Parts: sequence; structure tokens; C-alpha cells
Amino acid sequence: MAGQAEKIFGKPVSSEFYVVKPTDFHGLVPRLEVKEGSMVKAGTPLFSDKNRPEIRFASPVSGMVVSINRGERRVILEVVIKADSTLEYDQFTTGNPLEMNREEIVDNLLQSGLWPVIRQRPYQVIANPKDTPKSVFISAFDTAPLAPDFDFMIMGNEANFQTGIDALSRLTTGHVHVNVNDKYTASPAYTQAKNAKVNYFRGPHPSGNVGVQIQHIDPINKGDVVWVLSPQDVIAIGRLFSNGIYDASKIIALTGSEVMKPRYYRIINGASMKSITEGNISEIPHRYISGNPLTGKRIEPAGFISFYDSQITVIPEGNHFEFLGWALPGLGKYSYSRSFFSWLRPGHQYVLDTNKHGGHRPFVITGLYEKVFPMSIYPMQLLKAILAEDIDLMEKLGIYEVAEEDFALCEFICPSKSEMQVLVRKGLDLMMQEMS
Amino acid sequence: MKSLRRFLDKIKPDFEQGGRFEKFRATFDAFETFLFVPDKVTFSGAHIRDSMDMKRTMTVVILALLPPLLFSMYNTGYQHFSSIGETGSFWQLFGFGILRILPLLVVSYVTGLAIEFVFAQVRGHEVNEGFLVSGMLIPMVMPVDVPLWMVAVSTAFAVVIGKEVFGGTGMNVLNPALTARAFLFFAYPSEMTGDKVWIAALREGKNIIDGFSGATPLGNLAQNITGHLPGDMDAFLGFIPGSLGETSKLAILIGAFILIYTGVGSWKIMISTVAGGLFMGLILNAFAANDYMSLPAYKHLLFGGFMFGAVYMATDPVTAAQTGTGKWIYGSLTGMLAIVIRVLNPAYPEGMMLAILLMNVFAPLIDHYVVESNINKRMRRMKKAMVNNGK
Repeated sequence: MAGQAEKIFGKPVSSEFYVVKPTDFHGLVPRLEVKEGSMVKAGTPLFSDKNRPEIRFASPVSGMVVSINRGERRVILEVVIKADSTLEYDQFTTGNPLEMNREEIVDNLLQSGLWPVIRQRPYQVIANPKDTPKSVFISAFDTAPLAPDFDFMIMGNEANFQTGIDALSRLTTGHVHVNVNDKYTASPAYTQAKNAKVNYFRGPHPSGNVGVQIQHIDPINKGDVVWVLSPQDVIAIGRLFSNGIYDASKIIALTGSEVMKPRYYRIINGASMKSITEGNISEIPHRYISGNPLTGKRIEPAGFISFYDSQITVIPEGNHFEFLGWALPGLGKYSYSRSFFSWLRPGHQYVLDTNKHGGHRPFVITGLYEKVFPMSIYPMQLLKAILAEDIDLMEKLGIYEVAEEDFALCEFICPSKSEMQVLVRKGLDLMMQEMS
Repeated sequence: MKSLRRFLDKIKPDFEQGGRFEKFRATFDAFETFLFVPDKVTFSGAHIRDSMDMKRTMTVVILALLPPLLFSMYNTGYQHFSSIGETGSFWQLFGFGILRILPLLVVSYVTGLAIEFVFAQVRGHEVNEGFLVSGMLIPMVMPVDVPLWMVAVSTAFAVVIGKEVFGGTGMNVLNPALTARAFLFFAYPSEMTGDKVWIAALREGKNIIDGFSGATPLGNLAQNITGHLPGDMDAFLGFIPGSLGETSKLAILIGAFILIYTGVGSWKIMISTVAGGLFMGLILNAFAANDYMSLPAYKHLLFGGFMFGAVYMATDPVTAAQTGTGKWIYGSLTGMLAIVIRVLNPAYPEGMMLAILLMNVFAPLIDHYVVESNINKRMRRMKKAMVNNGK
């Protein structure tokens, strides 16, 4: 796919406003801790989880809460903070996590508002501080289309990454698994991580998906809990323990065929994308995505990056008709199958748009999804169990082991144009309700 | 194209909800999406999608069906001219075949699509593309002399009883084209079997040369006549009587290549079916109690509809087994059964149709056990983990 980010940093990002979106955290019912007009520092809690009040969500910058935007039925959509010119931090505990006990580490993470970076499987939601996971998984490479290079992102933060691993190693009874790519992961911070088990993977997408990695190393059984983090979040944990601050800075990649100069940018989480996209995007209607084009969320052109994402993708909208498009040879059309003659052009970089390329149909083709679903699970059977809302069958077919992103490629190649990720989320929510 | 698009955009509101012709929305939609790949965009989840859709999938299958179809047109002429003891130019033979086969195709498509449109209309969903393939397959599994009204009746039966009562494309249990054939086979056996139906105008009996037999190789074999069998090369290239699409193994192999290369057809089913057939042929050879049983195993592939069934019918993704392991089991059983029916049951010279239909019925059961083994594996893994944690 065209639009990979070049490994250089773009101009510094200036953003007047920063936003924290409770909607980035699936299933969260937020309880506000601030009002419009409250002054906050980086690390000051903005809201907490109504059901688990110990989980707090911190402000990424210091400044004033200028608005709290609500949607239908007064659901809180965004907390907007106007940043001060200088960044001030709340102070939290510092120390070597290897010399701290489990409660102290958990407590520090909760206090600082950094806890939400830890997510759990099953269900792909924020981890429960009361659980002890059987293992912690960190995928140190991303195989999704246009994905940022994790080796490039960790440069200069190797020590903090190790401190983060140290902290996590105190939280699990099992191992912290750092999963690297056999071919290209080079950073010694990953391949020589201490207090962790380094596992090697190879192959195309989705080998970088943490769900696939868990299934091959330490599969989730009913009742098991596994925690997952992205490398940048591990770095943030490291910075908390070495500097005692909630430092929400991270590196993101601006990618996609419509970006004139796809680059990496240093930002503070929650920053507006306006300053980096303005003047850098060609002039036709576009889709702005926070995340990669397979799993990301749609955002406004001047929107804000989501909490967990480290990539912004801009691709053309595909709202056009194509005369007899299903019958033409299709030299320029990407397809996983060889049914278009584009297989004559190996290595071609495609500009993919958001057109669905067809109408929705029932499942017809079989054996196709399994090819892009390297798990010991029957994807179509599981999806059908979710459609039927058969809790028992979902459990038997392995719903605990999957998240939406694991089905992204199935959704991409599906000739019936099914909405699988939405369906999988529905299945996970059903399970969560049933088990609580 | 722009003016056509403008015209469609102009009349589109009439077919939307609340419009004048709201009732005909599915029909409009079918024609619109036939002309233009729709402008619908993704909303969430995967923002980008593969260019492959159902229309393209079905187009590939139709493309793969063209070699046998074109050959059948030639062969229809060839068989007819041989039966009256004459020879003709290529175009005479081919033209004769076109005139014979085109009406069958038209009747099958018109009947089937009309029913599909009505059902889509009533159910309010888009018209499914599945029938584009079934409509072509139905004439190709029939003898050339089948009356047109029978094609219409059997198509209607296959679409309504075989498919729509189960919920339409994707939900049916039996392969629609074979359902149509089976319907005629049992309702009007005289039109579907025997020595006279396989060659155009043979029944009318005009100018037929003395002693000419229109029997298929399998028909002969079922009566233990082993003297008149065609040569291997003739059978491979397809210069033998038979159902329209089945005669040329070469054309079928070209189709199989297209299906496998594009990733549309299941190579697992094709290979396992052929392997199953060969295996059963060899077993029968080992007993060799009569002439038929000692027929070399590979000849079973050359005669009758075995290859056509293995490539185009057994692989129907909706009615075949859906799991990878299931496909191997399903295919090999289909191949074995087909040969068993052929050789051991003299009432049915050809076993492929019944073998596939029978395995269509058993496919969900096969899948059930394959999926069950996956579930059991998961359960064992959990038990093991629990034991380990207990220690």
C-alpha cells in the first residue's frame, strides 16, 4: 500500500487544545473529576471509571479544562484542555520497580492515571487491577499496512522501556513476553530485554497482532487473564518510575497515500492533528483514520488521535461508482485472490480507498478466512455463533482468545463484505455481560 | 457512461423508500449494481476492502465454465453429424451446437433469475449472484435433447425448493444445479437416461446411419457392454456422447486451473475427489468380479460426469464441507461413492450426481465433527492448564 512513513521526524507539533476521549476506552462509564474551568497539571485525573473508581484517566498536559463535550443522552465524548505554554507535572513515586512490591507498583500506576495503557484479553478492555495475569504480552513489531516502525520509535528510550518491563514483571505470575520479528527487529532493547522472555515470529500480517502471538505461546483458556501493552506504553511506565511524572508524549506516524510527506512526529497524546495534516494532504475528499486502515477509527480532518494509537492514516474516500467494475480486468485493483489481473504486477504499491467494492451478501465462500487467520480457531463458525448469540458455542469456539483486530484481515478480504469487527465486538460484549 | 450514470441517479429516488416504485427496489438495485460497482464506503472496522466481491467471484466461475461450454457446442454438432454419417466444417458443427444449446441457457437463466428477483423483492434484500453460475450449470448437466419446458420446470424446482425455501444463496443444503438434474432424473427418467437422449435429434431418427448407437460409455458399461468404449484420447478431448458440459476433460481441466489459480475453487475438494475416485477404482480392480469392476481406475475419470462434478459441482462452497479437514473427507467420500454407485448399482449408470447430493447432506455433519475436535482440543488444553496450576 502506498504512503509508508519516511523514517525522519516532521516539524514539532503545536496544539493549542488537547483532548481525552472516554470513548477510546471500550465499555467505560466515566465519572468526571473536573469541571469546566478547572486548572489541571499533567497527571491530574480528569475522570475515573464509575464501576472501578480506582482507575483514573489523567490529563496529558497542564492547563485549563475548557469544555466537556457531550453526545446523545449526555454521554461524555471529550474533555478538552487548553494547554499552558509550559508543561507542569504532578509528582508521583519514583524508584526501581524491581525493589518495589506489587501493590506499590499497581498503586503508582493507578494514581498517575497510567493504568489504562494496560489492556487485558479476553475482551480487549482496560485491565482489572485486582487480577493477576498469567502473562503479559508486548508485540514489538507491527505488521499492519503502513504501520509505524517500532524500532525507530524506541530510539533514545531504551532504558525507560527496560524499566517498564521491570515494573510489569512484578505484576504477573508468569512471564513478560516481548515478541519480536525474526527478520527485521533490530533494537537490542527488544531482543535483549531483561526480566522478559523474547519470542521470535516471522511472516506477514497478522503475525504482529498480539492475539495471534498469545495463541501460539500461551493461549488463553476460560478464566485466564493476559495483559497486553504496546511498546510506547511500556516506555511511559518506565518514565513514571524514573521521573515520577505522567509523561504522555509519544511518537506517531502520519501515513497514507494522500499524505504528501509521510513522516514521524513527536506529540503529546491527545493532540490535535490539525497542525501536522494542514498543508500536507492533497485536495480531494479523504478519510482520516486514527490507527491503521484495517482497524483504526474514523476521525475528523482536524481531529484528535485516539489514546492507544500511534498512527494516523489518510486515504481517499471511495464514494464513486465504477462502470462494470466487477467485469473489467482490474490491473490496478488490489485483491488477495488472483481474480483481478493485478497479480501481473507484483510489488506494486496500491492506493486503496474506502470503497467497499460490492454489496453485502450472506457468507458464501469458505476456506478463505482461515488463510489470513493463523489461529487454531474456525473464524466463520465463531462469527456465526456470535450472530446466533449462542454464548455457550462462542465460548467453545474460542471467543476468549480473539479481539476485533484479529478479524480485520478476514473483513478486508471478505467477498460478502461482512462487518466482522463490529460483530466480534458485539460477541465480546455479550460474553462480558454474561460472565459478570 | 456518464449519461447512463446521470440517468440512473435521476430515477434512483423513485426506487428508494417512499418513492413511487419502492416495491421494485431490489430489481433496480440489481441492474444498478450490475452496471456500476456501488459507491458504498466503509464506515468502521476495516476502512479498506479487497476489490473482490460476489459478482467477481461468480464471474470467475462463469469464465471457468466457458471452456466446457464452448466445447459442448462443438461436440453437439460433431455428435449429430456423425450420427447421420456426414461431416461438416468447424463452423457448421459449432453453429449447430449453438442453436441447440443457446435456448437451453436462455430458458434456464430467464426462469431462475425471474424467481430470484421475485424472492429478493419480497425479502427486500439485494439480488444474489449465485444463480448466474447455477443458471449456466443447469443446462450443462443435462442431455442436449432435453425438452425446454423440462429445463424451466426443473430450474424452478431447484431455485424454489432447493434454495429459496432455505433462505437463498448461502443457506441452501443441496447444490441447485444438481437438484434440478435430480428432479428430472427421477421425474422424467426417459428423457434423462438411455441411448437416445445424448445426441441431438437422435430420437427423431431421421437419416441415422445403421447400427449407430448413441449410448454413453457409462451406459454401455452399466449393461456390461465393454466392446464399444471410446479411446482414451477421444474421451479426454471429449468427442463422446454425454451431458453437455461433461465430455471434454481437457476443457474441464482448463476450468479447474482458472478456479484454483484465482483462489475461487477449492483445490482440496478437487484433488480429494479425484483421489477418492481413483482409490475406489483400484479397490474394485482388486476384486475384479466382473468386467466393469476390472475397468482400469483412470478410465472412470475419463467417462461420464466425474471430472465435471469434481471441479464445478462438488466444490460449490455453500453445499460442500466448510472446514479444511472437512473438505478432504468430503471430497474423498464423494469420489469413492460415485464410483461405487456406478459400478455396483446397475440401475444408475452415473453415480456422480447422487454422490455429490448425498455428500451435500452429510457435509454439515462432517464439519460438525471437525469443529468438535477443535473444541475438544481447547477443552483438553484448559484441563491441562488447570492441572498444572493445581500443582
